[in-house]
Amino acid sequence: MSSEDAALEALAVLGDPVRRGLYRHVSGSPGEVGRDAAAEAAGISRSLAAFHLDKLVEAGLLEVSFRRLSGRSGPGAGRPAKLYRRAEGERTVSMPPRTYDTAGRLLAEVVEQAGLDGELQAAARAAGEAGGAASDEGSDPVEILRARGFEPFWDGGTLRLHNCPFHALADQFPALVCGMNLAGIEGLLAGLTGGQDWTAEMDPLPRGCCVALRAAEGEN
Amino acid sequence: MNDFHLAQVNVGRILAPLDSPQLADFVAQLPGINALADRAPGFVWRLVDGEGADSTSLRPENDDDLLLINCSVWESVEALREYTYRSDHLKVLARRREWFERLADFHLALWWVPAGHRPTVSEAMERIALIREGGEGPEAFTLRAPHPPPSGVPTA
Repeated sequence: MSSEDAALEALAVLGDPVRRGLYRHVSGSPGEVGRDAAAEAAGISRSLAAFHLDKLVEAGLLEVSFRRLSGRSGPGAGRPAKLYRRAEGERTVSMPPRTYDTAGRLLAEVVEQAGLDGELQAAARAAGEAGGAASDEGSDPVEILRARGFEPFWDGGTLRLHNCPFHALADQFPALVCGMNLAGIEGLLAGLTGGQDWTAEMDPLPRGCCVALRAAEGEN
Repeated sequence: MNDFHLAQVNVGRILAPLDSPQLADFVAQLPGINALADRAPGFVWRLVDGEGADSTSLRPENDDDLLLINCSVWESVEALREYTYRSDHLKVLARRREWFERLADFHLALWWVPAGHRPTVSEAMERIALIREGGEGPEAFTLRAPHPPPSGVPTA
């Protein structure tokens, strides 16, 4: 099976709206998600959620681990819970075929070689600002970042981003691409009417986007 | 415990002298970023000059007053990668072009040293020369394409 066929088969599993909702819920959660929590989020029964979650695992979109949620162990602790998280691999399909990732890698290579970090950050800031000002998703930075695939979640008073939309490029050109991303988010906040009291800075966790945001008092 | 540790050298030419306003932010952040390295998981050692705080007074090439060197030893590639790209060090890294010239040639090299070995400036510069001459290989490589530690027991 070609890689395009494999990607299409995996993605076809997401055609069902209930399944898609479950996938998005698990995928956007910073930790692992159990069946009960997933069922509740999707507003369906536990057994229906279990059925769909396992279809997503079969398709390779989610991964499973087993853990006792009670913290107890040994006899009488009960069966370990089945927990779901997003699978690591990326799947991309474009009709007709487009390979923007190849172009992106080449462009990044050349920008890096030319030492154009500052120019890239300025362009990202301007694009972020224009995008924020023209946003269709309202003026709440959390919703805009969600719409752009960052998968924001609150960690105390800090808004963290579970997903890095530039993952493979950021892995290869971290200084360049993470600097670009921070500038883009700073621009976005500057362009949003609801973003004026927010600040963004690099505060990387082991996984996810390296940028963390904080709102002024009263925003959270 | 590993018999080999990962040594790292990086040279950079600053855009203006260290006491200039242009470098002020960099100089101000250096103590914090070095302290972060010192307590980072897997950190072993870093090169410091006579005064003992950092290596900014060292000049690896005699005729170049603006060329700085930074050299350190880590327990593993992963430890160095985590510190470099997944800590507050990334903040400084993303601003590198505000302070450092872009060097056309390789400006960093990694290589394996027997655990306990402390590289000298000239040894580190030899690794940069090596990667500039022959490209990346087991004797001098980068984080983009790391080489595994040598097998067997170190002889040095």
